[in-house]
Amino acid sequence: MSARLLPYWRLLVAGVHEQSTYRLAMLGGLVANATFGFLKVAMLFATVRAAGGELRGYDIGSMSAYVWVSQGLLGSVNVAGTSDFADRIKTGDVAVDFSRPISPQGAVVAREVGKAVAALGPRGLPSIAIGALVVGMSMPTTPWPYLLGVVSLVIGVVLSAALVYALATAGFWLIETRGIQVLYMVISGFFTGLFVPISLFPGWLSAIATATPFPSMMMYPIDVLTGRVSLTRSLVLLGIQAAWLVATLVVGALLTRAGRRTLEVQGG
Amino acid sequence: MSEPIIATDGLTREFVRRTRSGKLLRDKTVVRAVDDLTISVEAGESVGYIGANGAGKSTTIKMLVGILVPTRGTVRTCGLDPLAQRRRLAHEVGVVFGQRSQLWWDLPVRESFSILAAIHRIAPGRAREREAELVGRLEMGDYLDTPVRQLSLGQRMRAELAAALLHTPRLVILDEPTIGLDVLSKQRLRDFLIEERREHGTTLLLTTHDMGDIERLCDRVLVVDHGRLAYQGSLDGLARTVGAQRVLVVDLVAATPDLTDLPDVVHLGSEGHGLRQRLAFDAERTTAARVLTEVSNRVAVRDLSVEEPDIEDVVRRIYQSQR
Amino acid sequence: MADPVVPTPDPADRMPPSRLAAYGAVLASRIRSQRSYRANFYTDLGASFLIGFIELAEVWILFHNVHALGGLTFRNILLVFGIADLSFSIAQMFFGHVDRMPTFLRAGTLDVFYLRPQPVLLQVITSEIGLRRLTRALVGLGSLVIGLSLNEIRWTVGNIALLAVTLVSAFLVHSAMLVWAGGVQFFLVSGAEMTNAFVYGGRYAATQVASVWSTPLKVLFGFIFPMAVTAYVPALRLLGLPGPMWLPTWLAWWTPAFAVWMWAFALWSWRQGIRHYQGGGG
Repeated sequence: MSARLLPYWRLLVAGVHEQSTYRLAMLGGLVANATFGFLKVAMLFATVRAAGGELRGYDIGSMSAYVWVSQGLLGSVNVAGTSDFADRIKTGDVAVDFSRPISPQGAVVAREVGKAVAALGPRGLPSIAIGALVVGMSMPTTPWPYLLGVVSLVIGVVLSAALVYALATAGFWLIETRGIQVLYMVISGFFTGLFVPISLFPGWLSAIATATPFPSMMMYPIDVLTGRVSLTRSLVLLGIQAAWLVATLVVGALLTRAGRRTLEVQGG
Repeated sequence: MSEPIIATDGLTREFVRRTRSGKLLRDKTVVRAVDDLTISVEAGESVGYIGANGAGKSTTIKMLVGILVPTRGTVRTCGLDPLAQRRRLAHEVGVVFGQRSQLWWDLPVRESFSILAAIHRIAPGRAREREAELVGRLEMGDYLDTPVRQLSLGQRMRAELAAALLHTPRLVILDEPTIGLDVLSKQRLRDFLIEERREHGTTLLLTTHDMGDIERLCDRVLVVDHGRLAYQGSLDGLARTVGAQRVLVVDLVAATPDLTDLPDVVHLGSEGHGLRQRLAFDAERTTAARVLTEVSNRVAVRDLSVEEPDIEDVVRRIYQSQR
Repeated sequence: MADPVVPTPDPADRMPPSRLAAYGAVLASRIRSQRSYRANFYTDLGASFLIGFIELAEVWILFHNVHALGGLTFRNILLVFGIADLSFSIAQMFFGHVDRMPTFLRAGTLDVFYLRPQPVLLQVITSEIGLRRLTRALVGLGSLVIGLSLNEIRWTVGNIALLAVTLVSAFLVHSAMLVWAGGVQFFLVSGAEMTNAFVYGGRYAATQVASVWSTPLKVLFGFIFPMAVTAYVPALRLLGLPGPMWLPTWLAWWTPAFAVWMWAFALWSWRQGIRHYQGGGG
């Protein structure tokens, strides 16, 4: 690995280790995922049944796959909008980050991605296992959805870390960012299809949702991974995800530069 | 004599620490933060409670005010059982934890005071008088309307102290009140405490790393090490106990090899190729005059000074000797 | 220092304030301080409104796809959602900070509460008030009012009393949930997500049509954490609809008993938490 990228890799690994130490939190997260999962199952299955067993391409098996994969991703996709970096800006510790010879954006995103990857094992897989064993769900039988699904998942996870980073930079200009963070939590959760899949949205609302980067964090990876969409459509979704990721990283970098200038002017 | 204001008997507090060993197994180790501590502080006394970080000072204080339950032993504060009678005790004790605030960080100082007055159920008239007294003595007049978060550390500590003393407690416990303060702020805080004690006869228990605090404020010290009481008595006595040494500093007329072979003297160091040398001696075994004579027999002395035992050094010796 | 000269001593000036004055003083200061950061306060109010609104939208989307769910139409569910969200948001307003014990522990705020002559739990409860949740309560209230007017409800004395009793009991149940979570968090300093499963999962459950639940869910959110009886069952009773298995509508009158149960559970949890704090950790 090139020396330029090595620090980010080390940070990513540190993120993995960091997350692995919070065993109890992992267990707590799993309990939360499963509880919400069963509640979602109850409502969404009832909806599919009330529609006659098939609703906008979902049957019971694929709805179950949606519920349990989305629950499994909750530990890895940051829909809460909270981050340590936001706290570091607030406390002024960010000055330390700026004094290092690496990009704070790269450092934060690498660490968050590391944490997200570490959560996939103890939170993602058990959640899917609960769904498969207790409720039953239909998953694709060909390899392509899994291969593309993993790529899509990785982009989704990195995108969510990059978005939350960009959100945190608001702290350079605002004293209190909690209001914004809560807004982000509500809107991203809704538009990423956390509680209701976007396909069930009425047309106009789904048009709004797909105009935001949020479906790329969770909804698209689920669609690709569970084989709900065709191979071509999967590739299109991957393209959309990649475009949002690049755009978010660029915006984040610009905001970081502007924030740094603000700090230098105001003296932090 | 009336009941002591602080009395502990065999006070012990253990914590269970879980340390990771291997992938899944966890080892339990019992750490004794306070170990069989028996102390007594009389009303009106001013006692310094000193010890290294982690020696058990904060744990003791938490047991004195009813935050922690002792593992063994008994504790009575102001004649009350701190756990069962915590709320009554709260009227008698004022505590400043150096690291945690009892002020409302987003409110002006004045407002924190008026809330605390309501909390301690102080009559409005009495609260006004007491607040005026504290504000005057601690010179807080010019920042009473400033939100706490905008105060400097020194200003904040004065406000914390006033907040803890607003209800005129009989016992004041200060946990590192001068930590991080500049010389002037420390001085102001100490002067205030002296005056407050003279006026109200307040009993003071003080933990600190700052020996200046102890020297100025305390009649008596308790040294705790690894949870055990290592010494109690006067500060001078403490110095004698550990055999602290005085230091003779001599400036010589010519560069001289280190004077390492003088009787009853330990050579501490030299500067400027031996132009200035520092010689430690035990006051019980020899005198400054005798050491000086010994030095003068070898080389002409241009100037000299004698350093008294350094309290920091005394305490360091205690910690080290216990290790 | 000499006493200041007071020309005509007011006897009230020499009287200690009432016991309640302490809580009043803290709460009043919290309200003033939230309102003093105006821009921030308005963002919070907006965000809070949006939360309620989007939660309602999530329910609406399901009913947009099908006419009825578990025997209820969207009109019916507005009533359930209204009762549940109104009582939950008000509970959040007064108790919402209690389930953030790790923050209190880290900042040492709890130790400071020990130094004051009031019960610690009461101090924790009255140490903060989340005014921003008012707008979310408005969404709940709006949903309730619309739900009441769109449905055929016979306004007998019994039904009016039932609605009042339900709202108060539901508020108490949700408040107790937060106290329960606070107690548990003394043990799980990094495990707040575990309690969220029941506190926020509970809110989600309370707005649902409980007839679609599996039996374990009915046990968990019908009885242990009695969410179904705070809104769904009373709503059925008001609508004159039959209850599903396990949740007969006569239970609607038992919500106060469930509130008592939940508070007993909460206080027990808090007590265990405090014991753990004083005894096990420092």
